[in-house]
Amino acid sequence: MGKTFQKPEALSDTITHYCPGCTHGVAHRLVAEVIDELGIRRRTVGIAPVGCAVLMYNYFTFDFQEAAHGRAPAMATGIKRVRPDLVVFTYQGDGDLASIGMSEIVHAANRGEKFTVIFINNAVYGMTGGQMAPTTLPDQRTTTSPFGRKISDTGMPVKMSELLAALQTPAYITRQTLLSPKYINRAKKAIKQAFSYQIENKCFSFVELVSTCPTNWGMTPLNAIKWAEEKMLSYFPLGVFKTPEEKERSTNL
Amino acid sequence: MGKVLMKGNEAIGEAAIRAGCLNYFAYPITPQSEVAEYLARRLPEEGGVFLQGESEVAVSYMIFGAAACGERVFTTSSSPGISLMSEGISYITAAQCPAVFVNIMRGGPGLGGILPSQADYNQSVKGGGHGDYKLLVLAPASVQEAVQMMMEAFALAEKYRNPVMILGDGLIGQMMEPVEFPEALKVKPTNKDQWATNGMDTRKSKQRNLVKTLYLDPEELNSHNLKLKAKYEQMEREEVRHEAYNVDGDFELLIVSYGTMSRVCCTAIDNLKAEGLEVGMIRPQTLFPFPKAAIYNAAAKPSCRVVLCVEMCMGQMIEDVERSVSGQRPVHWYGKCGGEVPTPEEVMEEVKKRRG
Repeated sequence: MGKTFQKPEALSDTITHYCPGCTHGVAHRLVAEVIDELGIRRRTVGIAPVGCAVLMYNYFTFDFQEAAHGRAPAMATGIKRVRPDLVVFTYQGDGDLASIGMSEIVHAANRGEKFTVIFINNAVYGMTGGQMAPTTLPDQRTTTSPFGRKISDTGMPVKMSELLAALQTPAYITRQTLLSPKYINRAKKAIKQAFSYQIENKCFSFVELVSTCPTNWGMTPLNAIKWAEEKMLSYFPLGVFKTPEEKERSTNL
Repeated sequence: MGKVLMKGNEAIGEAAIRAGCLNYFAYPITPQSEVAEYLARRLPEEGGVFLQGESEVAVSYMIFGAAACGERVFTTSSSPGISLMSEGISYITAAQCPAVFVNIMRGGPGLGGILPSQADYNQSVKGGGHGDYKLLVLAPASVQEAVQMMMEAFALAEKYRNPVMILGDGLIGQMMEPVEFPEALKVKPTNKDQWATNGMDTRKSKQRNLVKTLYLDPEELNSHNLKLKAKYEQMEREEVRHEAYNVDGDFELLIVSYGTMSRVCCTAIDNLKAEGLEVGMIRPQTLFPFPKAAIYNAAAKPSCRVVLCVEMCMGQMIEDVERSVSGQRPVHWYGKCGGEVPTPEEVMEEVKKRRG
């Protein structure tokens, strides 16, 4: 009998540095499985963010660049413009993408750059120690909103998928989550779809993954999943917000 | 091909193409926007890449991404834009990627003005971004020299795997002069497979490449910085360039000046010679590495009594001139910092005042 389950070739044998209950490991594995299945490992370049995933290149076995905070979409643009044959993805957290990197992500999406973005939304800055993010929920306590996020002071959490889907340029924009196996299977399909659109040179593709951060939320991993399902999924609904085909239909009207 | 009359900014764009660089990312800013306007038409003809980024910050990372996958790439900007790019420049030096940045300087600080200036000397030569790093900085004094330096910059950037900056004042970008593009300066493609993230298939490699700037282990970061330092020291041994003017005979005063300002000084020196006053000049063509030895030796001449640093800013290069002169002679500053270029008459008056 042959092997029925094994580590993807795109993943290395490194021991994880992520906290117990963190969803980065799941997201990494899904990306690696998709890269294996599409047979693109040897022509893929990943771009690591600043945040907990800054060292993510240690877990993968293909070319990687490490970005400055928020700038991964600009780097990906640079690569894809000069080497359109490479498969490029950025992997960014909510502080990186929705705060300091807001300009870079919006303009890359609006230009329709042909790369893929994996956006990890866990409503908090992880690596710097649990500060408030643009996606932190109302009244959520963080180290820089110790009494809960006040909307009167800091506005409402940013819904990145909806924001990017509002742009007129064709794109694939979806929000998925990693909270349980049924969600994880759907997330993997979305990631595969995103890379496929890129390979077909079709459009910018963006997969938001609602994730947990038990350490900075101050919860057990199980309670973190429960909290995310109750609080995050009601504010950040799952779904496909835009596909290039839909856009084509609407412009034809 | 013979000489053609071209505006400096357009000649700089054409020089990059002739050198073999077909990838350009930029953001508009006066007084260098003509480079982008020229290349927006010219690069598509060559099958090259032209992209107007959303900001200078983003542009510096488009440069980083493209350079890190081994492609030849450049951008042009002016002072406030270079401030924004300085973050990216720090990362690119740390990651040891070759790239060419052109700064056509305008007056500062802040928005300053749009007229010529040399007020970004410190920013270019001493850092600008964070951390221990150096750029190789070339300072042209004519449109022809801007063309040559632009063409040479790509080879230098690839030799050192370090960004090269062309530092010109606004006049270099705006004035028209006859230029030619020496075929001999076309840069051959170099193999970057050892380090570039150009895809494992591209280089038929079993090993992946990683372009990074984070070194959490202090010993590792220290040795990384020492490796960078060794490159800067090699530049100081191999890349120093200067031009000497009227220093063969005796002279009473030594001028140190670069870029457009040095051409005004040449006229002043010629006029003073006709009046019977001998003045010499050292014109740095590289600002880093700085021509310390040439300045030291010229200032040490027994006939030389005083050194005058002439620059279109409040006196930034003067610190490097003082270091080079090493206290042998008094060093004075003269210049203007509002966007006007001092006239030969003004330089002559200052020389007469300073010779005592």
